[in-house]
Amino acid sequence: MRPVNLAAHTLREIDEVITHYPQKRSASLPLLHLVQADQGHISHEAIEWIARKLELQPINIYELVTFYPMFRQKPIGRRHIKVCRTLSCAIMGGYRTCAEFQRQFGAGLGEVSPGGDVTIEFVECLASCGTAPVVMIDDELHERVDAARARELSEKIKAEAGAPATST
Amino acid sequence: MPAPEQRRIIFRHIDEAGYTPDLACYVRNGGYEVLRKSVQRKPDELIDEVKKSGLRGRGGAGFPSGLKFSFVDRKSGKPIYLIVNADESEPGTFKDRYILHKDPHQLLEGIMITCFANRVERTYIYIRGEFPEGAKILERAIAEARAANFVGPDILGTGYGCEIYVHRGAGAYICGEETGLIESLEGKRAYPRIKPPYFPAVLGLYQCPTIVNNVETLCHVKHIADMGGDAYARIGTPNNTGTRILCVSGHVRRPGYYEFEVGKVTMGQLLHEVCGGPLPGRTFKAVIPGGSSAKVLRFGERFKGKRKVGAEMVEYDWGVEDIPMDFDSLAMIGSMGGSGGVIVMDDSVSMVEALGNINAFYSHESCGQCTPCREGTLWMKKITGRMVHGEARPEDGALLRSIADQIAGTGPGPTGRTICAFGEACAWPTQSFVAKFADEFKGYAESKGAPRPEGAPELV
Repeated sequence: MRPVNLAAHTLREIDEVITHYPQKRSASLPLLHLVQADQGHISHEAIEWIARKLELQPINIYELVTFYPMFRQKPIGRRHIKVCRTLSCAIMGGYRTCAEFQRQFGAGLGEVSPGGDVTIEFVECLASCGTAPVVMIDDELHERVDAARARELSEKIKAEAGAPATST
Repeated sequence: MPAPEQRRIIFRHIDEAGYTPDLACYVRNGGYEVLRKSVQRKPDELIDEVKKSGLRGRGGAGFPSGLKFSFVDRKSGKPIYLIVNADESEPGTFKDRYILHKDPHQLLEGIMITCFANRVERTYIYIRGEFPEGAKILERAIAEARAANFVGPDILGTGYGCEIYVHRGAGAYICGEETGLIESLEGKRAYPRIKPPYFPAVLGLYQCPTIVNNVETLCHVKHIADMGGDAYARIGTPNNTGTRILCVSGHVRRPGYYEFEVGKVTMGQLLHEVCGGPLPGRTFKAVIPGGSSAKVLRFGERFKGKRKVGAEMVEYDWGVEDIPMDFDSLAMIGSMGGSGGVIVMDDSVSMVEALGNINAFYSHESCGQCTPCREGTLWMKKITGRMVHGEARPEDGALLRSIADQIAGTGPGPTGRTICAFGEACAWPTQSFVAKFADEFKGYAESKGAPRPEGAPELV
């Protein structure tokens, strides 16, 4: 098995979060979040690593990865665009917003765009129905994103990609 | 009759300029004073206040909170847990988002009072995965509260201790169902548990007695402890006490969140006056009053019957606009107040397409445990999808209804054939859309998918 190289701060957070629960298994979702934030996705090696860490069988972790929509087994683009698909957003034009993002990046739903800028996804209700249509780009919520606003946001993402990499 | 003024108790500071989510601001506005007073009282007195207040859960079912507290098994000797349901995921609902992001200490104070009253020593806030910022804000607020001794091993020098941890979900709607949430918190797939025997009050988290409450509900507990149960019960209407946050989305001029005394505002006042009425040139067609699972109401339909006012039974004859926005009235007319999410659709919306959108949601979110729901939601999605993108048939309405009936039964209450209420929740939209818009489903088939009105967006 190949090793899973997690950052030191991720390992620290993992050890801390396990202490929050009387039973280790409860830390499965928190560990999946931490590992995904560190690695970008959940690999088979990561599943086995988490299972060992929590004294579980790999299937106990794998079945979570396939059940919870936020966990992914493949890498995604540099930015993750999640467009709300559910009713309140849809009647305010959510499908158009999504189509515009797809047009801007030439990407199908769930695929990494050519060049690797983004992965675009339709997701279910983001609980901001009063400011529909809404979109999350990574961890940030954007409200009232019509097609024109989707174009602006796309331009910004493309510009970041063109800019020289900054060390963060 | 003009709409009453909003009465903002929970959302008092939400739009206030300069109000920030940190402890200093909360304390400046009188924060944690109620906790200070509460920990000097007997825990049972606080539970009595909640009972007297008549508070009903704001998450969806409207169950009396005081009664929920009284069901907790205190004799087992096992620890008692509180789980805060911050999984806000019922489509159309967006109230908890603002409490979590803008006034987290109000929630924490409500939690600590509830914990003290119920001798809880450990709490988990289960926050939906799509609120990463909210989770950070809560973590920060908990750290501040711990440093100030409002949370931790020895709260305000009383010797009573309670810890709060934030636990993030990962995008599954079913985690809003309390037993699914518990499974998820135990690190498993969120498959709801069967009741009996798994009533959380007796066999909840780690098979220990557990209270699961919605975010807004716990905030109300703070205000009940502050003003007393009797005073709180005078707000709102009998059996529908207090205030409630109504979230309005869709086709109105001013969508948003509005807090009213329960039952004091009607649907008509809410949509026409408070929310500014329909968009220019449009008319209201349908409204879902309590989150997407609630049965749809059609503008123009009438609701008739008898209802109790004081000690008397009086006849009522209401249009959609006349319905008071409270738990009992909405249940009486065959829908529900649910989570307070009001979704408005105007004449630009095809009801077939709107149902197709809703069916896609439930099909995606069914946990897959029970066959009627797992298979039924998929078929309802496929049929409405075919109606929109392929060929609609005149018999599709009846076909959809037969599938929905097989999941949920046909009774007004829980007559379903599934472990949890998702079975009803996924069937009620289909049952109500097909019954109330039969003409439209038939017409859609006759015109082979009527073209969408100019400019109307696609929904499926």
